[in-house]
Amino acid sequence: MIVLEKRPQPSQAWSMATPAVAVLATMVFGGVLFAALGKNPIEAIQTIFWEPLFGEHASYYRPQLLIKGAPLVLIAIGLSLGFKAGIWNIGAEGQYIMGAIVGAGVGLAFYPLEAWYIFPLMIMGGALGGWFWAMIPALLKVKFGTNEILVSLMLVYVAEQLLASMSLGLLKNPQGYGFPGSRNLQSYDSAHNAELFAGTGMHWGVVAALIAVIFAYVLLNRHMLGFHIRLTGEAPRAAKFAGVHPSRLILFCLGTSGMLAGLAGLFEVAGPAGQITIDFNVGYGFTAIIVAFLGRLHPVGILLAGGVMALTYIGGDIAQSKLGLPASAIQVFQGMLLFFLLALDLLTNYRIRAARKEVA
Amino acid sequence: MTAPLLSLQGLTKAYPGVIANNNVSFDIGEGEVHALLGENGAGKSTLVKMIYGLVKPDSGTMLLRGQPFAPAEPRAARADGIAMVFQHFSLFDALNVAENIALGMENPPAMNDLAARIREVSENYGLPLDPFRTVGDLSAGERQRVEIIRCLLQDPKLLIMDEPTSVLTPQEVEILFETLQKLRSEGTSILYISHKLEEIRTLCDHATILRLGENVGECTPAETSAREMAELMVGSTLQTPERSGREFGEVALDISGLSVPSPSEFGTALKNLHLVVRKGEVLGVGGVAGNGQDELLGVLSGEILTAADAVKKDGQPVGRMGPTARRKLGLLTAPEERLGHAAAPDMSLTENALLTGSVREGLESNGFLKWGLTQNFAERIIEAFDVRTPGPDNAARSLSGGNLQKFVIGREVLQDPDVLVVNQPTWGVDAAAAASIRQAILDLAAKGAAIVCISQDLDELMEISDSFAALNEGRLSAPRETTGLTVEEIGLMMGGAHGMEVAHV
Repeated sequence: MIVLEKRPQPSQAWSMATPAVAVLATMVFGGVLFAALGKNPIEAIQTIFWEPLFGEHASYYRPQLLIKGAPLVLIAIGLSLGFKAGIWNIGAEGQYIMGAIVGAGVGLAFYPLEAWYIFPLMIMGGALGGWFWAMIPALLKVKFGTNEILVSLMLVYVAEQLLASMSLGLLKNPQGYGFPGSRNLQSYDSAHNAELFAGTGMHWGVVAALIAVIFAYVLLNRHMLGFHIRLTGEAPRAAKFAGVHPSRLILFCLGTSGMLAGLAGLFEVAGPAGQITIDFNVGYGFTAIIVAFLGRLHPVGILLAGGVMALTYIGGDIAQSKLGLPASAIQVFQGMLLFFLLALDLLTNYRIRAARKEVA
Repeated sequence: MTAPLLSLQGLTKAYPGVIANNNVSFDIGEGEVHALLGENGAGKSTLVKMIYGLVKPDSGTMLLRGQPFAPAEPRAARADGIAMVFQHFSLFDALNVAENIALGMENPPAMNDLAARIREVSENYGLPLDPFRTVGDLSAGERQRVEIIRCLLQDPKLLIMDEPTSVLTPQEVEILFETLQKLRSEGTSILYISHKLEEIRTLCDHATILRLGENVGECTPAETSAREMAELMVGSTLQTPERSGREFGEVALDISGLSVPSPSEFGTALKNLHLVVRKGEVLGVGGVAGNGQDELLGVLSGEILTAADAVKKDGQPVGRMGPTARRKLGLLTAPEERLGHAAAPDMSLTENALLTGSVREGLESNGFLKWGLTQNFAERIIEAFDVRTPGPDNAARSLSGGNLQKFVIGREVLQDPDVLVVNQPTWGVDAAAAASIRQAILDLAAKGAAIVCISQDLDELMEISDSFAALNEGRLSAPRETTGLTVEEIGLMMGGAHGMEVAHV
């Protein structure tokens, strides 16, 4: 018989190793899944993990890694602060949309004026849009004790409706021949989040993501607020005893994660996406939850996890077009990653022992 | 003496890293009240769990009336006439007494028949109890009666009681003892687990003393002094904390007219509390658990806010201040629950030192943490209070209860408080560690700090406190000087028998 035995201390080694083991397990079981779909598993896995980095067309795919990875990392960093404190913002997707709408709205309000201050104002608009959307569940939780998981999640669907309304109404391109969608910000220089170095995929969002990683690292390891965040997650009563105001922490964590998600939306709409459209959002806000956990809620881990996740996105796209794998198979593959990670997490706090059956 | 009821022969049980019981043998006679005595961690619980079928011994045998006895599970033990009252009750608050008892039975009779039997048994043994009262409304003493009656309905040959008096007032203890004596006179044997020596001397016919899992001696309690038994338990001569004659200074802590609604559904509301503690004074607050101790600590730590001038430190109103502001002023607290309240289980000792130490030890500047200083602070606590741990990087939960308690108390004491409030400072701590914690509290008072010690251990309060007050259903009795207080007076301050009738046997 196998028994689980609680470790006296959480194992450092397993804490570091589980993400890697989870990726390996996902490769193995994902391979089985692909084989069941009648594809060559080795080829499929190779396409997903190898092709974007070192394949024939890698020079095209590598910049894509940064473009896909940056919003994931930016959002996941914000989410991880709340998750560490036991505050569950599941609605980053909605905050991402709101950041994009407000940020793009600010830019479009100036059209066709060209000025240096437009882009900074858009950044502020994006941050405020996401922050405002996250403040709704935060204030409702603080004032009335509502569940932030439900409220933030439901607000995603409200934001999606708003996005549709904006691309059909208020922000619709007057010169767009009646097609839904705003003006393209890529062709409006003052508002364009262009690549900083042509052909690298490096745009302001990537810079923001790196700054967020450093900021979060310092906050969590060197600052009282970060200590209070961790303490609240570990032992809420002890946190109260230490003098933490639970409501302030809720406002801070939800506000920060909303703000970072909003920024991610702004950088996306002003850069790679270019315009507000009905289907502007592609699920970064939800995937970032996986990224946050895959990175063990640790800033550096999240940076790496964002890279791995971006890889499966791009590799998945290639596998779709090249091997004809269905898109849902790729989603199952990404889901497996979170599943294995959470399952293997157990090993950090428990060890598996083969127990002799006790003899009576 | 006739043949023993239960004979234990060479029982051994080892867990990874520790031998809980090593070759323990003794007999329990028919109709005998047998005490099992020992410190926390001496192996008492493991031993009775083996008798009750919860744990299987690695080696050794048990004989019940001469027949081999090896219960595979509690049900088998019950079928053979063994019953047990646990220290922690397993009752459902929302159900009534009869429903709770029916839940523990194999084939519960119809509710009315069961109620009638409960009435019959409870009257026979002087434990009046209404079968239709909701358990959530009962006092701790009454809940214990439910557990005892649940056992008596099985007509047991051996009744095991695990620290039954820790939740009772002295008057309630007296009622319990009368019941146990009646049981004995009817031929039921009782295995009585406790570390309270005086009550063992009153009640028990025979005592077996365990130390570090081994049977280190037997005695007849009535003929042995409490001190001799204590020294057998600890294995060395005991150090009694020393108190020097103290002069009290000005009023340091002043609570007046404090009323707070219950913070949670099963909490206790504090009602019109008054108390004054002077510099250098130790005020002991007694009372049965659940009568407002946690709430009183919360009100003083700043976790529960009150009207500003309901709580004053050195004349300054602090009722609206949070924990950090109060620490800055020198009002420090140590809650009862170590894991999860006083300390974060999965965080290191260094991080736990930061938890309350940041303000007074200057462990942060502008919000940025000084980990080097924090680690020094943690090391100082470990050193000064003899906390047994490989180092400050270890998680709080890896420490034994007593060691973590020393760390938690040490963390506050070393911050040099003006007022220190501790709740159950030596709960679950072995005798030697308890003595050193009490000594540290007394030393702090000698240096001029005002101390409030909330505890359910009356012996402890009598030993260290200058004045004594008791909490009873959220009300605090008027404090009295400790010298000259009798046990009866203390019992009355604690609320007498909490409305329970004395047995008319």
